[in-house]
Amino acid sequence: MPNLETRTEPMVLNMGPHHPSMHGVLRLIVTLDGEDVIDCEPVIGYLHRGMEKIAESRTNIAFVPYVSRWDYAAGMFNEAITVNAPERLAGIEVPRRASYIRAIMLELNRIANHLLWLGPFLADVGAQTPFFYIFREREMIYDLWEAATGQRLINNNYFRIGGVAADLPYGWIDKCHDFCDDFEPKVEEYEKLITNNPIFRRRLEGIGTIAREEAINWGLSGPMLRASGVKWDLRKVDSYECYDELDWDIHWATEGDCLARYFVRIGEMRESIKILRQALDNIPGGPYENLEARRIAEGPKSKWNDFEYQFAGKKIAPTFKIPEGEHYVRMESGKGELGVFIQGNDNIFPWRFKIRAADFNNLQILPHILKGAKVADLVAILGSIDVIMGSVDR
Amino acid sequence: MESGIDLQGSAIQLLVDLGVPTPIAKVLWLPLPMALMLVVATVGVLIAVWLERKIAAAVQQRYGPEYAGPLGVLQPIADGLKLLFKEDIIPNLADPWLFTIGPAIVVIPVFLSYLIVPFGQNLVVTDLGIGAFLWISLSSITPIGLLMSGYASNNKYALIGGLRAAAQSISYEIPLALSVLAVIMMSNSLSTIDIVNQQANHGILGWNIWRQPVGFIIFWISALAETERLPFDLPEAEEELVAGYQTEYTGMKFALFYLGSYVNLVLSALLFSVFYLGGWSFPVPVDTLANWLGVSPALPWVQVLTASIGITMVLVKTYLLVFIAILLRWTTPRVRIDQLLNLGWKFLLPVALANLLITAALKLAFPVAFGG
Repeated sequence: MPNLETRTEPMVLNMGPHHPSMHGVLRLIVTLDGEDVIDCEPVIGYLHRGMEKIAESRTNIAFVPYVSRWDYAAGMFNEAITVNAPERLAGIEVPRRASYIRAIMLELNRIANHLLWLGPFLADVGAQTPFFYIFREREMIYDLWEAATGQRLINNNYFRIGGVAADLPYGWIDKCHDFCDDFEPKVEEYEKLITNNPIFRRRLEGIGTIAREEAINWGLSGPMLRASGVKWDLRKVDSYECYDELDWDIHWATEGDCLARYFVRIGEMRESIKILRQALDNIPGGPYENLEARRIAEGPKSKWNDFEYQFAGKKIAPTFKIPEGEHYVRMESGKGELGVFIQGNDNIFPWRFKIRAADFNNLQILPHILKGAKVADLVAILGSIDVIMGSVDR
Repeated sequence: MESGIDLQGSAIQLLVDLGVPTPIAKVLWLPLPMALMLVVATVGVLIAVWLERKIAAAVQQRYGPEYAGPLGVLQPIADGLKLLFKEDIIPNLADPWLFTIGPAIVVIPVFLSYLIVPFGQNLVVTDLGIGAFLWISLSSITPIGLLMSGYASNNKYALIGGLRAAAQSISYEIPLALSVLAVIMMSNSLSTIDIVNQQANHGILGWNIWRQPVGFIIFWISALAETERLPFDLPEAEEELVAGYQTEYTGMKFALFYLGSYVNLVLSALLFSVFYLGGWSFPVPVDTLANWLGVSPALPWVQVLTASIGITMVLVKTYLLVFIAILLRWTTPRVRIDQLLNLGWKFLLPVALANLLITAALKLAFPVAFGG
């Protein structure tokens, strides 16, 4: 009797840098056994533009327009961390009104970021339609930004050392309230369409599971970390800007799989609305927009001339020198811990400007949670990490 | 049962009356329904493509095509023309022969299957005794073409796509065939005409959908899988395999795949309406209506009317199903390959078998209702 033997050889598949679901130009060298992923080696750097080096020959004001290209889905976060770094090094105080405006912008950006995660993620598991729904809502955020900063997606160029570039225009706070009222039911709508879809749940439950210890050891942050059962949010931990004055909760889950990460992000969108509403109500100077006019009308002695009601505390000169010293500042972006290590040299340029991108660090774990996954899972897991290659490669 | 309009008989009679010998008259008639069917299938696809674009747009809060003709109805033609004029590329290391015949093998069986699609008692290219069987066997040729083109492309995505297509078609063919078999068992015939006639007696209540509720769901799921529509479009899963077996194709060869998949969708919907929704029959039998109104069904104008209603009914039912398929495509995520195969082998196959056995048992127990 002849001995029949089948022999299979693993297939090496090169996914990317040009592939529909590589979120830009990520390249994965995947070893496949049939449909099973045996090994995966990410290759990055296709979108490297030397952002850290560029920072070393720019004053802060000149660098801010560049930074929204790191993570082009979350330009405001990049701008915020870019100004926070020298600001804290020089000990420049920020007026409370400016701080509230910053927090509002950051929360709007968090929503925009999570929306731009939700659409492609659903597209990654095969549902194209939510992509169009998230764009509908994201447009409103961009309209708000356009009104306040003059730009929509990136290049807002809004954050300045000591505050923001301009006060909120007349009527903006009402419009932002309208956005909150409009957006909250939309989250319900997404959930109705997505959450309990049996195909969606089966595609994601138990896929790409990260244990609590693992998540901490790999230095994950943001929703990736929180979905693995670590209640860690820099907005609470570091209490920067005005987040301490507002009442909100950290959204977290313990399962650590793709579905948990989905729930964390959906929850964070709701929480951001909550933060936004409070910040809009509590902002110093209140809904009285056009503070400038009040200041002039009521004279320099009026309370409107107080430090707390300014949109920029200290208007720094273009020749502002970053003081001698080095430190690391961080903040909770939509993707996780976005940090900058800055080294000042008493020069207008920073001597070193190291960016810690959240998704760059989160992406590291990808090959390690792929064991035993299928090709289709690979795409879903990558989607659940929420990477923007502009930010990974910088 | 009225036989309705007999176009073939009338046309041949006309030619014979004109002095053409009968055999030649028959030969002259022969290509006409075939050509007509080809046109019908193609136009059906154009409509399906337009519907797909418009419905997708509506689902996604867009307008969809607007400028090519009123409401963008000419958009599919524009798409087709664009593909027609594109360069036909054969990749360097591809096998040119297999690469070229692949799309043809995919498309031809699908068009051939239109032979057995009836639009009325005599409005069918040919009333084959093995109608339903012909369709099932033709549909299993398609995955060979998909695998062939996937393998010949010399592209790993295409290869995986082709393999997925083969695995998917093979696993879903069996539940599909079993669910059709239950219908055939009740009709005592493989002929699509007989299957419709057997459902025609009690109007909407006589349709197979009431007697085969399980079979109809199995058929629908399997048909979606066979036509590779979401949630079962794994062979061409864009996010994973770029475009699956179509990755390397351009121009007319790609258009053939595109055409084939939509022809297949419309075909599945047509056969679905034949097997389960009473084909050309009106929810209330037309004969009964005619009797109520006091007109004889044999009158020529009544016959023309009956035939028109029949064709309309087939199309309405078909496009209702196409509509559901499109809605499904734009609302559901895609299943994974192992989930797909599990659903096929571990769920649909046993259920379809049980359905077949229960139908057989019911046929023995209640021969009146189940076509004994």
